[in-house]
Amino acid sequence: MPDTPFWAVCLVVVPLFFAIICFVRSSLVTFLGPLAAWLNALAGLGMTLSFVHSGPLRYAIGGWQAPLGINFSIDGLSVLLVAMTAVTGLSVSMYAKGYFSLRIGSAGEINRHGHQRAYFWPVWLLLWAALNGLFLSADLFNIYVTLEIIGLAAVVLTALSGKPAARLAAMRYLLVSLLGSCCYLFGVALLYRSYGILDMTALSRLVSPAPLLWVSLALLTTGLLLKTALFPLHFWLPPAHANALAPVSAILSGLVVKASFYLILRLWGEVFAQVLPFAAYVLLGVLGCGAVLWGAVQALLQKRLKMLIAYSTVAQLGYLFIALPLIRLDPGPSAREAVILLIMAHACAKSAMFMAAGSIFLKAGHDRIDDLDGIKEVLPVSSFAFVLAGVSLMGFPPSGGFLGKWLLLGVSLASGQWWWGIMLVIGSLLAAGYVYRIACHLLVFKASFSSRRGSIPPVMEWPAVLLAVLAMILGLLAGYPLGLLEAGCPVPIHACLEVMP
Amino acid sequence: MSTIFLYNFSGLALFAIGLHGLIRSSHLLRKILAANLMSSGIFLIMIVGAYGPDQALIDPVPHAMVLTGILVSISTTAVALVLVCLVQETTNRALLLQKRKREQRGRTDA
Repeated sequence: MPDTPFWAVCLVVVPLFFAIICFVRSSLVTFLGPLAAWLNALAGLGMTLSFVHSGPLRYAIGGWQAPLGINFSIDGLSVLLVAMTAVTGLSVSMYAKGYFSLRIGSAGEINRHGHQRAYFWPVWLLLWAALNGLFLSADLFNIYVTLEIIGLAAVVLTALSGKPAARLAAMRYLLVSLLGSCCYLFGVALLYRSYGILDMTALSRLVSPAPLLWVSLALLTTGLLLKTALFPLHFWLPPAHANALAPVSAILSGLVVKASFYLILRLWGEVFAQVLPFAAYVLLGVLGCGAVLWGAVQALLQKRLKMLIAYSTVAQLGYLFIALPLIRLDPGPSAREAVILLIMAHACAKSAMFMAAGSIFLKAGHDRIDDLDGIKEVLPVSSFAFVLAGVSLMGFPPSGGFLGKWLLLGVSLASGQWWWGIMLVIGSLLAAGYVYRIACHLLVFKASFSSRRGSIPPVMEWPAVLLAVLAMILGLLAGYPLGLLEAGCPVPIHACLEVMP
Repeated sequence: MSTIFLYNFSGLALFAIGLHGLIRSSHLLRKILAANLMSSGIFLIMIVGAYGPDQALIDPVPHAMVLTGILVSISTTAVALVLVCLVQETTNRALLLQKRKREQRGRTDA
């Protein structure tokens, strides 16, 4: 059986290779795109299995060592996020296959949808390669390159829908992403000038409080917060996520915002955790509280289904930031485990919601919440998936969201900072508010729903159900991913320290 | 020493001018140029960092990073320009919606 480095390299090279082939031969896209998705998922599975077998390691690609070569650092957190990307990505890919065949088959304008499909697959595979690269990379400059690829691919996917609103949203997204990358790159440049190294593990040994470090950390964090859309920097997210095509919204909300949050978690939770003052964590936590309140209230006020889901993403990202001060306070690993659970549960649930919303949109021809009464009559499976995903977002047991919030609540009470716990509860109540509002319209209210459109194929309905069920039972299965996380704590560092100048 | 300081200062100034332009100018082309200016400032600061304190040994890593950075910035600019064309095509103006509304409101007021 191939070893971990083989799978790690596969995870980046396979999607990249297929992206180029799909781009060059767009006639093969229908076949090659889903094939690449299956191969990626297989590589993710292989990676997880061989990681369980052999544990964390560092790998220098092609034998080139740290400063000039590209190094992979494979630990529990990276493997979990790669696996999450594989599961969500495969489901979205299956959905996208059905989505594009349905639209090309049903609509008269074959050109527009064919054009969308021809560009969706290569750009999505490119995005997948960059996500895997980001999660596996060991040094901050490689991560800059992958972040930039993720940003560009996400912008292109947003603009793919071709609607004027989507194009403007994509433009705004691109400018925000550009500003974020510039800030991040400036931070990286300053770090390199101070320490002469960009490897994250090595940096964590070297850093000491210094003015230049604060400047570079402020720049790094600002750039990443812009890309993660933390309140009040979230203004670009709802229009971009709501106006994109359905599979694209699922990818953007489920995976893309997690990439930059992963980096914040690495930097604030591991690399600079020893030198950063607690007040900085509190600041991020307070912004997280703002995100939870503002996102949930805005979600309650929305009239369109996809806008509501997008604002719910803003709110759910807030929880991840509330967890940061708790990670700092917590002597044990439970706050950290809670964040990982919340990330994975949100990725599954939010992708499921956007996919189900896409099916509903296609069936009803619109996504005005007030006019969707009784759509369960014509679309029972997708309505079920949507509400189930919503229930797991609310944090109802045994969902992953429940377990994550429960662990965070325990940490906040144990550390005496109970106000974070209160924010978690208020956020869950508000989430229950907007989920029940949708559930009433979809499931409870009776209306003679006359569908003008054709039927939605099962390949578009069941991936959403699968992800929603996964988000729901993640609380029961949490032992497996959290075991991986614990296995991966110590990364051998001598490999990168040897080559230091 | 003073030369290095001058380079650093110019890099910082370029970054600041670019930041100002990216936020304040309304035309999308100007915003993209401003973003390019920002990255040029960062590249300048990186390159100056390659000179060690004794100035005899030159560190090759910043050069590699700047080369990669230039490639990234070219691709970003290309995507941005295509997107500006798309925006121009749909709205007949290379501006973001907010600004456009504000201008229209200004016009009706006048």
